[in-house]
Amino acid sequence: MSILVLAENAQGSFKKKTFEAVQYAAELAQKMGTTVTAVALGNVNDAAMQELGQYGATKVLHVADARLDNLNARAYTKALATAAEKEGAKVIVCLHDVTGKAVAPRMSARLKAGMVAGAVSQPDTSNGFIVKKTVFSGKAFAFVNITTDVKIINLMPNTFAVKKGEGSAAVEKLDVAFDDKDFGITVKEVSKVTGAVPLSEAELVVSGGRGMKGPENWHILETLATELGAATACSRPVADSHWRPHHEHVGQTGGTIRPNLYIAAGISGAIQHLAGVNSSKTIVVINKDPEAPFFKAADYGVLGDVMDVLPRLTEAVKKWKASQS
Amino acid sequence: MKILVCISQVPDTTTKIAFSDNNTQFNTAGVTLIINPYDEWYALVRALELKEAGIATAVNLVTVGKADAEPVIRKALALGGDEAIRIDTDSNDPYVVAAQIAEYAKSEGYDMVLCGKESIDYNNGVMGAMLAELLDMNYIGFASALEVAGGVATVKREIEGGEETDTCSLPLVVSCQKGMAEARIPNMRGIMAARTKPLKVVAPAAIDALTTIASYDLPPAKTGVKMIDENNMDELVALLHNEAKVI
Ligand SMILES: Cc1cc2nc3c(=O)[nH]c(=O)nc-3n(C[C@H](O)[C@H](O)[C@H](O)COP(=O)(O)OP(=O)(O)OC[C@H]3O[C@@H](n4cnc5c(N)ncnc54)[C@H](O)[C@@H]3O)c2cc1C
Ligand SMILES: Nc1ncnc2c1ncn2[C@@H]1O[C@H](COP(=O)(O)O)[C@@H](O)[C@H]1O
Repeated sequence: MSILVLAENAQGSFKKKTFEAVQYAAELAQKMGTTVTAVALGNVNDAAMQELGQYGATKVLHVADARLDNLNARAYTKALATAAEKEGAKVIVCLHDVTGKAVAPRMSARLKAGMVAGAVSQPDTSNGFIVKKTVFSGKAFAFVNITTDVKIINLMPNTFAVKKGEGSAAVEKLDVAFDDKDFGITVKEVSKVTGAVPLSEAELVVSGGRGMKGPENWHILETLATELGAATACSRPVADSHWRPHHEHVGQTGGTIRPNLYIAAGISGAIQHLAGVNSSKTIVVINKDPEAPFFKAADYGVLGDVMDVLPRLTEAVKKWKASQS
Repeated sequence: MKILVCISQVPDTTTKIAFSDNNTQFNTAGVTLIINPYDEWYALVRALELKEAGIATAVNLVTVGKADAEPVIRKALALGGDEAIRIDTDSNDPYVVAAQIAEYAKSEGYDMVLCGKESIDYNNGVMGAMLAELLDMNYIGFASALEVAGGVATVKREIEGGEETDTCSLPLVVSCQKGMAEARIPNMRGIMAARTKPLKVVAPAAIDALTTIASYDLPPAKTGVKMIDENNMDELVALLHNEAKVI
């Protein structure tokens, strides 16, 4: 018996959210009196796999097939299921991101193992196996009881702070009997957003709405984002008017994000916009209208014109950074 | 090519969320049900476009829901589609919903199953992948473009930190998101036609739930916004560092 965690291969190493998943699994393992085995797929650096020990994994099963470098739900599921069987896994932890949403549900259906999609708590095992998740786009929580013997948890990224500890995981090769059918998806083209922080993973986000008046003013917002090391986002009308690319649009019909800090500049705070951002830990709203609904959802508010406030905020961040170094 | 589009009915976004029976039931009193936006705007419209282009021969809609879901499925039929299937049961367990759809679909010979990227009520985003496993099909999630030619689909999808274009032979399950199509509004002719389109009610299969919802909770109310003078951004930065601890 053990807890299995999918360690997502990010160009040969792992991202912080994977450390978060491993740490989450390790805390649960301690409670359940068992250990954590991570599963790494494709070309992954040995040192990176051993380092998962610093977050609580005792073992890493490495399926070294290079065809696993690209996401392929069928093949990933087979690899994870093979590992789960070998380890007698009782709990399987994945991240609730693009990869985890493709793999964990397949695992759930294959093993008839109940799953929680987007967990934001450790399971409460005092009366069942109850995991908290957000529902209604962040307007409420549900406490889901997994009633099957094997349980699958998709952890919402950026829910817990990651602490690096001591330790080194033992890496073992795992052979998986793939057949051609498992690789039915052919990748023709990959375009990664380079340089900038990808929005879905950003801890800090600066976002603009129609109050920014036009694309020609976006440099003001981008300067602040660069100074903070933040990603940029926007409201839907901004993307619809082609002021900003569509992948920056957040809200009910766009991306859902939960950064540590969300700065909303010239955004009214319509419910459909809030649906994508209201799980952010801290929200700062800059708006010239004191009645803007966004102020009700904000932690900090600044009443003023974005054209004045954003540059002042940038200067203040600069000054603060200089004082820190 | 036969396409099945999964349609779920969800509370309108502006619904005030409340719970009853000691926080164990979602309070549906006064709630307006709508078609889940991703299903309506992206999955369904793209399926209709493929039919209009002569690529798809049939577009059927399926929903797992009780009779109260019928107005929503009729509205979906008013946008287009040949017939609708309602599987007469209700569940909060995503596996039950997926297994019900799979039970119905497995003998119907669908070449493609389209669903939305997630339902805006339970925010699971798992249905497509579960269905793909149960139907033994490939799955491509979070797709923003979909073309089909000669039994092969070309799909643009979101991946970690970017986008990818894939090809895959049918049959295939695809979950759809923005970019896929432009939302449509049903017209009078569509609404009239929908009245006479077949809406089949299918008895549910016996499927055990893998999860149950023990209770619900509302997030603590925001303690109130702290307003900062627009000329004192140093204070805001200090608060973000010392109080919120986010920078
Ligand atoms: C089904 C549905 C789905 C939707 N999905 C989404 C979604 O996913 N994401 C989304 O964002 N929207 C979505 N919307 C649209 C949403 O309802 C709002 O219309 C939209 O969010 C408004 O965008 P905005 O705040 O940028 O613009 P506006 O509502 O025009 O607000 C602009 C704000 O800027 C302020 N302002 C103006 N000038 C200045 C200035 N110089 N300085 C400071 N402040 C200024 C104004 O006071 C105002 O509050 C959806 C709508 C529907 C019906
Ligand atoms: N009850 C249902 N009936 C039919 N399709 C559904 C149902 N619930 C979810 N779906 C489909 O699955 C998609 C993803 O939903 P979910 O995994 O529940 O977030 C939705 O966008 C729908 O296309």
